[in-house]
Amino acid sequence: MNKSLLLSAFKATAPVFFGYIPMGIAFGVLFNELGFHWIYATLMALVIYAGAAQFMAVGLLANHAGFTEVAITTLLLNSRHLFYGISLINKFKTRGLRKFYLIFGLTDETYSLLTGTRPTDDKDQTNFYLLITVLNHSYWVIGSTLGAIVGANISFNTSGLDFTLPALFTVLAIEQYKSVRESWPFVMAFAVAFVSIWLFSRENMLLMSILLSIIVLLLLQRTKKSPEVIHRGSL
Amino acid sequence: MQDINYLLLFILVMAVATFITRVLPFILLYKISDHPMLIYLGRYLPPVMMVLLLIYCFKDLRFSTFDDGPAELLALLLVVALHLWRANALLSIMAGTGLYMYLSQSLVLAG
Repeated sequence: MNKSLLLSAFKATAPVFFGYIPMGIAFGVLFNELGFHWIYATLMALVIYAGAAQFMAVGLLANHAGFTEVAITTLLLNSRHLFYGISLINKFKTRGLRKFYLIFGLTDETYSLLTGTRPTDDKDQTNFYLLITVLNHSYWVIGSTLGAIVGANISFNTSGLDFTLPALFTVLAIEQYKSVRESWPFVMAFAVAFVSIWLFSRENMLLMSILLSIIVLLLLQRTKKSPEVIHRGSL
Repeated sequence: MQDINYLLLFILVMAVATFITRVLPFILLYKISDHPMLIYLGRYLPPVMMVLLLIYCFKDLRFSTFDDGPAELLALLLVVALHLWRANALLSIMAGTGLYMYLSQSLVLAG
């Protein structure tokens, strides 16, 4: 593993670090109130590794929810992940355990980095992807564990620090524009997002707007020529 | 002990359900991964997703009061301007977050 690759992976994931640590701590603090040992917060961050689902888990655990309910709500809440694989199916050029781990670690932020960044040398792509996934995963595990250990004793003002995540999505949107060089996908996404907030609830807007966007994209495909070779810029 | 067994099973169920949502496209679409429709979606879905995830971060903003909206907008404008100017991702993100933390904690925009 060469050093410069590790360094560029650290640089690429730094915004996620500042988002996942406070978010993980928030989860850990909430989880701590259930009265379980902190090691289970670490376990959840390790094997579930999904922000929204874990926050929901605290509520479900408190209500002693049935496993069918747990399974169905988790599937629904995370159903947006179904569409992440579509963009990455041809980019994961590895097999076995490494591919399994890349797929397991596909959070919103990891997906954004994997589709928006590229190592300087293309032959390092798989290692770069693995590093990004491992780093993001470890930030989440560290944050969740810290939160559960320190629990309610924590009192530093991190309010606003999680702005790194929307800032990251903004930067990656600009990077996407530089590689796609077309503005209509962005305009369409804004329009679809506002229509879904208006038509559906704010809680369901993400999944609904993904579904609507795919429908619009497929309708537009008929009017467009086949796309040229995919070219992406690096972060 | 009963509670720990419940918790462990709970974690297992949630882990498996989450993984299913992530792995399904790789299983279902593996055979047709070079289909033009998938290549087309693979190209245009990431830009669309970035915008949707961005808006989702702010889904709870009502813009009903002066302290609910302007801090976010100003900080985002700084991120965009800095990134178009310097194209340094870390710089844009850290500067935007710094401004946002300052604005929202000091409440200079409130009242």
